[in-house]
Amino acid sequence: MSHAALTVAVAALVTVALRFLPFLFFGGKRETPPFIAYLGRVLPSAIMAMLVVYCLRNLDLTALPFGIPELLSCTVVVLLHVWKRNTILSILGGTACYMLLVQLIF
Amino acid sequence: MHKTVFQKALTACLPVIASFIVIGISFGVVAQSRGFGPLWAASMSTFIFAGSMQFVALELMGSGAGLLTVALTTLMVNLRHVFYGLSMIETYKNTGRAKPYLIFALCDETYSLVCNPPALAPGEEKVFYLLVSAMNHLSWILGSTLGGLLGAALPFSTKGIDFALTALFVSVMAEQWLSTKEHTPALLGLGLSLLCLLLFGPENFLLPAMVLILLSLSLYRLRKGAKA
Repeated sequence: MSHAALTVAVAALVTVALRFLPFLFFGGKRETPPFIAYLGRVLPSAIMAMLVVYCLRNLDLTALPFGIPELLSCTVVVLLHVWKRNTILSILGGTACYMLLVQLIF
Repeated sequence: MHKTVFQKALTACLPVIASFIVIGISFGVVAQSRGFGPLWAASMSTFIFAGSMQFVALELMGSGAGLLTVALTTLMVNLRHVFYGLSMIETYKNTGRAKPYLIFALCDETYSLVCNPPALAPGEEKVFYLLVSAMNHLSWILGSTLGGLLGAALPFSTKGIDFALTALFVSVMAEQWLSTKEHTPALLGLGLSLLCLLLFGPENFLLPAMVLILLSLSLYRLRKGAKA
């Protein structure tokens, strides 16, 4: 199997395992361990921040265009989101902004 | 007018179907732009069926990440599914042969719809859950496949379209930020990821960042007296 196919297989297996796990192990009326419940509350926002950094990991702030298209488009996403709180609008607006910037200006 | 269970499910799903087709198309186009055609997009949407993880998987596929990194990243990104499952144990108890598929297809949006169902007649629940799960799953597969097919044929340049991934995460982060007063986890995630990026470089920082995030969140809970 190619590396890409293995990556898809592993991602699929781990996702399926996570979905089935609670039904297999907590099928009764057992309580969720408090630490797991805590992680469930705080992990998503920490991981989302990590993924944003991951997406921007190859930005070079020391050379042209200094990451301006990315940072500007991220700002557009945040502003759109604060304004309308509509995920699709934020994604489409930010992506359109980025495409225009990299195709026409930078 | 009396609505059939199919009409109820379709009404509930319509916003999700629309957004799955739109985001699915952008996933398919991004995959295509990375050299993974419609067949890749369709199979990822069929078997992973977790939007943000599929975008991340494309990145990992392109960067040649190790399989341990892939497994741990999936674990961290999709850990929330454990909590969906935990809260659906009762709801899905008597769903019989549909149960394995219902669990397999329990994505964020399906979870939110199944948690807040419309008024259902007794006995309609199981069919409603199944229809909601399948309609969402199918529209996601349809959108991704369309995107993969369109990607190569779009009449304008798609350069920069992979920013859709960044935009998705930034908008989710903004939504999380707006919906809570507890910003320490997000700031820890941001700060530690940046630190690890500087220390370990762009291709190796995910694993140490995940370890540090887990450690710091555990310490943070201890400091707050484990009541959080």
